[in-house]
Amino acid sequence: MFVARSIAADHKDLIHDVSYDFHGRRMATCSSDQSVKVWDKSENGEWHCTASWKTHSGSVWRVTWAHPEFGQVLASCSFDRTAAVWEEIVGESNDKQRGLSHWIKRTTLVDSRTSVTDVKFAPKHMGLMLTTCSADGVVRIYEAPDVMNLSQWSLQHEISCKLSCSCISWNPSSSRAHPPMFAVGSDDSNVTYGGKVQIYEYNENTRKYAKAETLMTVTDAVHDIAFAPNLGRSFHVLAIATKDVRIFKLVPMRKESTSTGPTKFEVQIVAQFDNHNSQVWRVSWNITSTLLASSGDDGCVRLWKANYMDNWKCTGILKGDGSPLTGSSGQPSAMSTVLGSSVQSSQNALNGMSAGRIGKRAPFAPPLRQLTSPKIYQPPAYY
Amino acid sequence: MEEVDVEPTITNIPAISDGKHMGFAWGPGDILVYETRYKASGASGSGCSFIHEIRKDEDIYSPILRKLFNESHHIFVGLQTIREDLPSKRDVNAQLVRKNPHSVFYSDIHFITLFSGTILTLICFLLKVSILLAIELIWNLCEVLFIDAAPAGSLLLHLLDWVRLHKADVDEKAREVLQSESPAEHRDYWDVVVSYVLQGRLEEVRQMLVKQANLQPAARSMYKQMDTLLSKMPFYNPGGTQTLTEFDVKWRHWHEEVDRCLQDNSFASNRHLELICKILLGDEDTLLDHKELLGTWYHFLVTRLLFCHPTVKLTELHYYAQSCMTMFLDSRSVPEPLDNILLAAFEFDIHQVIKECSIALNNWWFVAHLTDLLDHCKLLQSHNLHFGSNLREFLLLEYASGLFTHHSLWQLAVDYFDHCPEFGRVYLELQIERVPLETERKALKVLRVCEQRQMSEQVRSICKIMAMRALRNNRLGSALSWSIRAKDAAFATLISERFLQDYCAKGTFSDLDLIDNLGPAMLLSDRLTFLGKYREFHKLYGEKRFREAAKLLLSLMTAKIAPQSFWMTLLTDALPLLEQKEVSHQQQLVLGHGFLPHIALQKLHKKRLQEQKHNIPETRFADPISCS
Repeated sequence: MFVARSIAADHKDLIHDVSYDFHGRRMATCSSDQSVKVWDKSENGEWHCTASWKTHSGSVWRVTWAHPEFGQVLASCSFDRTAAVWEEIVGESNDKQRGLSHWIKRTTLVDSRTSVTDVKFAPKHMGLMLTTCSADGVVRIYEAPDVMNLSQWSLQHEISCKLSCSCISWNPSSSRAHPPMFAVGSDDSNVTYGGKVQIYEYNENTRKYAKAETLMTVTDAVHDIAFAPNLGRSFHVLAIATKDVRIFKLVPMRKESTSTGPTKFEVQIVAQFDNHNSQVWRVSWNITSTLLASSGDDGCVRLWKANYMDNWKCTGILKGDGSPLTGSSGQPSAMSTVLGSSVQSSQNALNGMSAGRIGKRAPFAPPLRQLTSPKIYQPPAYY
Repeated sequence: MEEVDVEPTITNIPAISDGKHMGFAWGPGDILVYETRYKASGASGSGCSFIHEIRKDEDIYSPILRKLFNESHHIFVGLQTIREDLPSKRDVNAQLVRKNPHSVFYSDIHFITLFSGTILTLICFLLKVSILLAIELIWNLCEVLFIDAAPAGSLLLHLLDWVRLHKADVDEKAREVLQSESPAEHRDYWDVVVSYVLQGRLEEVRQMLVKQANLQPAARSMYKQMDTLLSKMPFYNPGGTQTLTEFDVKWRHWHEEVDRCLQDNSFASNRHLELICKILLGDEDTLLDHKELLGTWYHFLVTRLLFCHPTVKLTELHYYAQSCMTMFLDSRSVPEPLDNILLAAFEFDIHQVIKECSIALNNWWFVAHLTDLLDHCKLLQSHNLHFGSNLREFLLLEYASGLFTHHSLWQLAVDYFDHCPEFGRVYLELQIERVPLETERKALKVLRVCEQRQMSEQVRSICKIMAMRALRNNRLGSALSWSIRAKDAAFATLISERFLQDYCAKGTFSDLDLIDNLGPAMLLSDRLTFLGKYREFHKLYGEKRFREAAKLLLSLMTAKIAPQSFWMTLLTDALPLLEQKEVSHQQQLVLGHGFLPHIALQKLHKKRLQEQKHNIPETRFADPISCS
C-alpha cells in the first residue's frame, strides 16, 4: 500500500471525522474548530474544498451523508448537545463556476441534554431517518416524513439505554427476513456493569424498538461499533472497538409462530485481536465487508481479513512515522521480489524478452537488483 | 487449510507523528487516513492535518495490465460457456488456453514497448514485465503439468518446450555470433553451443560445431565423432510406433556409448567437446558448473532429466524438483516466491500453487483465472480440495470486486459476478449501486446492466437518484422522465405538481415535448395523468377545437383528478369556452353550473369583482347547490 495523495485539510483544529458519500466522489470532514468542510473529487482525482462553514458551537464529533436518493444531505453532531441536518442548495451560476456550493441548515435537533456522540442515517429502505446517541444514554430516532421538506423532523423513538452511549450502527440489511435493527455501544468505564453493547430490534406489532440482545461479554468501554454489510447471509456480523477488536456473529434463532418478542440470537465470537495493545477507537468495514479496519491507541490503523475458512488475520498496518510530507505524489513503493533465484535471471529475463519476442533490445536493461527496504515488501493477497 | 504465516506489511504515513491517533474512512478502492485524537471530551490540538489517500499498489490502474484484464475477461467468458460434458480437458485447453497466454502476454509486451516515461515509471514497467513473465512461466508450467498431464516420454518433451520458450536469450546470442565475421572465434561461441546442448537443441549444436570443425581440420575426426553422437541421441516420438520401453532401451544404449567415449578419452584433447560429452551424460557437477548458462534451477532440472531420465513420469517429478532446487541454490540464497510456486506445481500441490501465488502476487487476477481454469478442467476436485468450486468463487469474487472500483473496468467485473452462482448476484447488487453516475450516459449503462438482470430495486434506486439530482437542479423534464423510469408514483406526483405550479406562475409549460409524449406512462400517478391531459386541453384550445377542448375540460373536472389548488385555474380556463359558439349550450350549462364547488364559485366571483370596472354588470352564476 502506498500514499497516493495527501490533501491539506485546512481545519484550524483536530479533525474528528471524515466521511465519504455514497458514490465516493465527495467527502465531508468535521473538526474541533466547529466547522464542516465538503470536498469534491474532480475527474483527475484531485480533491477541492467546495464548502466550509461553521456548524456548531462546540467540537463536531461526527458527520455523515444521507443516501443520494434523498438528495445531497449531511448530518452532524456535536459537543454542543445538538445534531443538525444540512442540505446543499444549487447555487448561482457564478458560484458554480468558482466551484463553490452552499449548504443550509434544515433543522437542529436539541433534545439531548449532553454531548451528542454519534449520528447515523438509517438504511434507505426505512425512509429518511436519523439516529443520534448521547452521553446521557439516550438513543433518539427522528424521521422526515416529507423528503422534500427537510425542515420537518419528528422524534419517533426515544430509547433509554441506561449507560452513556458512544456509538450506534444500523444493520444495513434490507432483507424482509430481518426487521430493522441497530446496535448501541457504551463507553461507560465501570466494568461491573456487563453488556456494553445492546442490540435493539423493531417490532411490527408494538411499532416500537425493543432490546433483543445485550453482549454481556463486552465489559469494557466501547468506542465504536459497526455492522458488516449483509451479503445475503442469514446471520449478522458486528465489529466492536473496545479494549481490543472483536468480531461477533449473531445468528437469529428460529422464532416460534406465537412468539411476539424480539428475535433471540445465538452470539458467537468470531475473532478477537489485541494487537493495538490498548484501546481501540474506531472500527469500520469496507464496502464488500471483506476487510475490517481498526484504529487504536498505538496510533496505527490495522486491516483485518478473513480467509476462505473464516480465519481472520491482520493483512496490513498503517503507521505514522512523523516524517515530513514530501512534495511528490505517490508511487507504489513495494517492489516485487517475485523473480526466481538465479544468477542474473532478471537480466536474462529482460534480454530474453527482448530477443525472443520483439526482435530488438529493450531500451535499457538495468541490472535489476532487489530493491528492498526493511519495512516494505510485497503485500500478501491473503485468502 | 494451513495457516499462512506472513507478517502484515507496514505502510508508513508521513506527516502523522508516531504515537498520534489515526482516523480513517473507507472509500471505493482506497482508505483515507488523518491525524486525530480520540479522547472522551473536549479534545483539541494543533490544526491543519493532512488527509492521506492510501491505495493498494495500483495494479488495476496500470495501463499495462489493462489490456491483460480485458483479454483474460474475454477468455474467462468463453470458458464459462463451454459445455461441461466436453470429452477431455485437452479440448478445453485446445479451445482456449493454447490461443491465449501467448497472445495475451506477447501482445501486452508489444504494447508496453511503446510505453515510455520517467525512470521510476520505467522501473515499475519493467517490474510489471518481469511479473508478467513470471506469470507466464507459471501458467505454462501449470498447463504442462495439470492440463496436458502427459505420460512418461512426452512429459519431458513438453518440459523441454517450456524451458526453451522461457530462455530465448540463447537465440539472440546465437544470432550475434553467427552474424559476426568468424563465428567460431567469437568469444560467445562456446557459450552458445553449450546453451544449445543444455536445451537439448542438438541440431543447432551440430550446425554450430561444423563451423568450428572447419577451423580445425586436424581435429576433424573428433568433431565427426561428436557429430555422430549428437545425431544418434534418441528422442521419444509420441506419435510413433516405438513403445516407451523400446525407447528406453535405445536411449540407454546411446548413453552407454557416450560414456564409453568419455572413458576412453576420445575428446580429452578438446576440453569443449569433453565438456559437451559430460553434459550429454547428465553429469551433475558439470551441469552445476554452468549455472550461469542455465540461469535457473528449473532449467537445471529439465536438463538433468533430459540427460539422465528422459522417461520421467509426472509422479516422479517432485523428487527431482526438490533435489535440483537444493543443489542449484547455494546455501546462502533463499528460495524466492516464484521458486516456491514452481516447486509446488512440480509437487502437484495445486492448492499450494494457488496459495503461493496469492501471497506473491498482489492482484487476484492470475490466481482467480488459474483456479477457474483448473476448476473447469475438473482438476480442483480431483486434487481433493473439497471446497473446489467454492474456492474458485471466492477468488473470482475477490478479483472482480477489485475491478469494480475502476471507472470502466467495472463492466468486466459484471461478467465475473454473473458466473459466481452463490454470491455473485448479491455482490453485484451491492457494488453496482456504488458506481458513480457522473453522466446520464453512464447512468444508462449501469441501468442496462441492472435491467438485464432483473435487479429491480437497483433500477429504482438509480433512477430515483438521477431524478432527485435533476429536480434539485430544476430540470423538471429530466426529473419526470427518471421518475417514470423508476416507476416512482409519489415522485412523479411531486414533479407534476411542480409543473403545474410553474404553469400557474408563468402561464406556460416547460418541457412540452416530454409531456406531450407521455403515452401510457401517464397513468403512473393521478397528478401526472392530470398534467398530461391538461396540456392536451391547452393544445386543443390552441388549435381552436373548442368542442373537444370543452369535453376534455369537463372530463377533467368530473374525474376528480384535478388537484384542489388547480380548480381556480380550471375555472378561469372554462370562462372563455363559455363564450365560444362551438361549445354547446348544454356543455355551457354543465360547465357553468354543474360540479363546481360552492367555494370555488365564490372565489371566482370575488376575483371578477376585483377585475371589473364598477359600471359593468356582473355575470352571475347560479348557485349550484340551489340548482341541483
